[in-house]
Amino acid sequence: MPRIVVDVMPKPEILDPQGKAIAGALPRLGFTGFAEVRQGKRFELSVEGDVTEEVLEAARDAAATLLSNPVIEDVTRVEVIEDAQ
Amino acid sequence: MTTETTSKKFNIDTVEHAEQTPEQPLPWAELGLKENEYLRVVEILGRRPTAAELAMYSVMWSEHCSYKSSKVHLRQFGDKVTEAMKEHLLVGIGENAGVVDIGDGWAVTFKVESHNHPSFVEPYQGAATGVGGIVRDIISMGARPVAVMDPLRFGAIDHPDTPRLVHGIVSGIGGYGNSLGLPNIGGEVVFDSVYQGNPLVNALAVGVLRHEDIRLANASGVGNRVVLFGARTGGDGIGGASVLASESFDSSKPSKRPAVQVGDPFAEKVLIECCLELFKASVVEGIQDLGAAGISCATSELASNGDGGMHVELTSVLLRDPSLTPGEILMSESQERMMAVVTPENTAAFEAIMDKWNVEYSWLGEVTDTGRLIIEWDGEKIVDVDPRTVAHDGPVYERPYSRPEWLDGVQADSFAGDRPSDLKTAVLELMASPNMCSKDWITNQYDRYVQGNTALAMPDDAGVVRVDEETGLGIALSTDANGRYSYLNPYDGARLALAEAYRNVATSGAKPMAVTDCLNFGSPEDPEVMWQFAESVRGLADACQELGVPVTGGNVSLYNQTGGVAIHPTPVVGVLGVFDDVARRTPSGWREDGQAIYLLGTTRDELDGSEWANLHGHLGGQPPALDLGAEKTLAAILINSSRDGMIDAAHDLSEGGLAAALSEAALRFGVGARIAIDELCERDGIDAFTALFSESQARAVVSVPRSEEVRFNDMCAARNFPRTRIGVVDVESDALDVQGHFTLPLTELKEAHEATLPKHFA
Repeated sequence: MPRIVVDVMPKPEILDPQGKAIAGALPRLGFTGFAEVRQGKRFELSVEGDVTEEVLEAARDAAATLLSNPVIEDVTRVEVIEDAQ
Repeated sequence: MTTETTSKKFNIDTVEHAEQTPEQPLPWAELGLKENEYLRVVEILGRRPTAAELAMYSVMWSEHCSYKSSKVHLRQFGDKVTEAMKEHLLVGIGENAGVVDIGDGWAVTFKVESHNHPSFVEPYQGAATGVGGIVRDIISMGARPVAVMDPLRFGAIDHPDTPRLVHGIVSGIGGYGNSLGLPNIGGEVVFDSVYQGNPLVNALAVGVLRHEDIRLANASGVGNRVVLFGARTGGDGIGGASVLASESFDSSKPSKRPAVQVGDPFAEKVLIECCLELFKASVVEGIQDLGAAGISCATSELASNGDGGMHVELTSVLLRDPSLTPGEILMSESQERMMAVVTPENTAAFEAIMDKWNVEYSWLGEVTDTGRLIIEWDGEKIVDVDPRTVAHDGPVYERPYSRPEWLDGVQADSFAGDRPSDLKTAVLELMASPNMCSKDWITNQYDRYVQGNTALAMPDDAGVVRVDEETGLGIALSTDANGRYSYLNPYDGARLALAEAYRNVATSGAKPMAVTDCLNFGSPEDPEVMWQFAESVRGLADACQELGVPVTGGNVSLYNQTGGVAIHPTPVVGVLGVFDDVARRTPSGWREDGQAIYLLGTTRDELDGSEWANLHGHLGGQPPALDLGAEKTLAAILINSSRDGMIDAAHDLSEGGLAAALSEAALRFGVGARIAIDELCERDGIDAFTALFSESQARAVVSVPRSEEVRFNDMCAARNFPRTRIGVVDVESDALDVQGHFTLPLTELKEAHEATLPKHFA
C-alpha cells in the first residue's frame, strides 16, 4: 500500500523547547559536535489504491490545515513513498 | 560563503549616521506610531531617531506599554487611596506588582494581566505565555509564585471557532501552569458572542515573600553591571507589543502577524528557583522581568528608575537567531528572560548561581549616572536617549469620550420576558446553561492541589492557599467581572465586579485586603468605548475607596474589538483576602444533616442583565442595585461567623441568584436540602420565580449548626442585617426540595449541570 509522508517542522524563527532539551542532553551522553537540534514530526498516510494527483492534493490540504499549525509550523515535505516489499 | 555571511556586518544605522541623514524615511507608521508621536521623538532627540531608537520608542509608546489612553483615568486609583487603605501596602501601583503585608513578617504580591490578542492568534502558546509572563512579574518582586488563576471569556459556545480557542487556551494554561507546579485555584469562564473575535485570556499570579525580600526594578549604583539571563533572544513576538496589542485585527494585513512567542515552562521553573537563590544570596541590586517590549522595556525602565543611566553593548546578547537586527533584538519578546543589576564584587557569586542552575547569561554593560541610555553595536552607538523619555514620558492622551446615545434606550428596556411557573425546568435550564454549568471539564485539566497548600479551589467561592505551614496563615483570592452589567451601566458594572470579588473572598472567611484589575475594553479611539472605560475606572476607584481596599496594580487591554464592534466593557477585578488560619475557611457546600440554611440579605425584582434574561436573549435595563455598606456588613458577618465557628458552609449569590447558589451548595458534596421560600417571598414582596432567579446583591446562603443558631441570629440582629431561615440540610433526601414548588433529584441536577461542556468540547 503506498504511503504519503508528511514532514512538519517548527518554523525556523520559533522557539523549539523540545529540540532545545535534546540539544542539552546530547553532550551529557557523550554526543558532541551537534550545534543545534530542531524536532519536528512525521506523518504517514496510507492510501488504498493509487495515489492520484487528487489524493496528493488532499494530503497537502490536510497537511496545511490539520497536521500542522500554520501559525508556528511549516510543512516541509509531502511525498509519496512506495513500500519496499 | 559562510564566513562571508557571518562576518558581514548589518548596515547599522548609528547615531552618527542618523545625524548625517536627517531626511532618511523611517517606517514609523508601520511600527504603529502616529505622526505626532514620531515628530515628538524627533523633537526629544533633536534629530531623526536611529532604526534601533525608533524600535524602542515605538514599542514603549504603544498603548500596551505606555497606557497613553488610560493613564489620565488610572490616576484615580492613586488619588482615591486614603492613608488607612495604605496601611498594609508595602509596594503600590507602578512596580511589576503590588505587595501587601499579611502579618507575621509575611507579604503577598499579586497581579492580573491580559494576554487576549496573542491567545486569539495562537491559543495554546498565547495562553501559556500569558501564565509565564505574569509569573515572572511575581518573581521579579522577590516572591515565590504559589498559585495562578485564569478568568476566561469566549464567544458563543456553539460557534464553530469556539472549540479551537477553548481547547488551545485551556490546554495552554494547564500545560504551562502544571509544568511549573503551580496550583490553578480559580477564575471564571464566560461564553458570550461579543467575545467571538476577541476572547479574553486574563492571567493572575500570586506569590509569597518575607518583608525583607522585596526587590524593585531599578538600576542603582554607578559601575554596577547589567546582566541578561535565562532563555536566548529570538524573533518571538517582534512587533507584538506595539502592533499586535494596539491595533484591531484586520485580516487584510496578514504581514503584521509577528512570530508567535513560544513558552518553555521548564526553563521558567529553573528561572524561578535560580532567581530565588539570587535573592537569598543577596547578589542582585535590581531586577526586571522581560515581557512586552523586551530589552527596550527592561533597560529603559531599570535605568530611569535608578541612577538614570546605562551603557549596553547589544552584540553581547545571546541569540537564538543570529540574523536578528539590533532593532529586532531590542523589541523581541522571547520568553523566560530576566535582567538584573549586580555589583562588580558579586559578579562571581552571580555566575556561580547561574552555573549551578545551568542558566545562560551575558553581561551587557553597566549602570551610569549620565542620564543617558547608551546602546552600542560592536562599539558603534546606535541608541543615545534619556531613558525617562522612553519609559515614562510617552504620549498621554485625553481622548474624547461621550455617553452613547443608545444607552438610554437600552436602560429603558427592562426584562419583560417569560417567568415560567415550572420552576424545576427553569432551574435545570439555568444550571445547564453555558455560563452556569459546571466548569469541571476545564478546571480538571489544571492542577489545583499541587504543592499541598491549597485549602479551597474551584468551584468554591474563592481560591484559598496556606502561606505559613506553622500557623496556617493564608490568603484567599477571587476574580470577577460581569460584562453585561458593565454594558448596561459601566460605572455600576465595575463597582458590582469589585463587590462580587469582595463578597466571594469574605464568603470563604477571609478579610479582603487589596485589589488588582485587568480592564478589558474596545478601542479608545471610539468615544463611546472611552466613556465606558472612564466610567468603569471611576466606579472601581470609588468602590475601592468605599470598601477600603486599594488597587495595587493591574493591566489595561484596549482594542478588543473586531471591525467596529467592541466587546462588552469587562473590568476583571481580583480581590486578595487574608486568613489568620486557613483551617477556618468556609467551603461552599452543605455537609452536615439538620443544619439550618439561612439566606442573608434582601431580594428585589432584579432580573435585568441576569443570567436568566441572557438565556432568553435579553440585555437591557439597569444592573442590580449596589449598596456597598450592606456588602461590608455582610462581609463582616461572614468573616466573624467563619472565625467563631458559627457557620459550616457559605455561598455567595451572584449570577443565577438563589437558584444557582442552592444548586451549587447541594452539588458541591452531593448533599440535598429542604427549602421553603414562601416566608422570604412574603417579606420581600416577590414571587417564587423572582426569589430564585433575581440577582440582587449583598446576599449569601449559609448553613448554621443547630447549636449556633441563636448566636448567629443575635449577631445578624446586632448588625441589623436581614436574614431568613429558608430551610434545612437533608442528607437523606438526595434532592433539592423547594417545598410547594418542586423536588429536583440531585442526580438529575448534576447530570444537567455537568453535561454541557463535555457535550461541546470533549
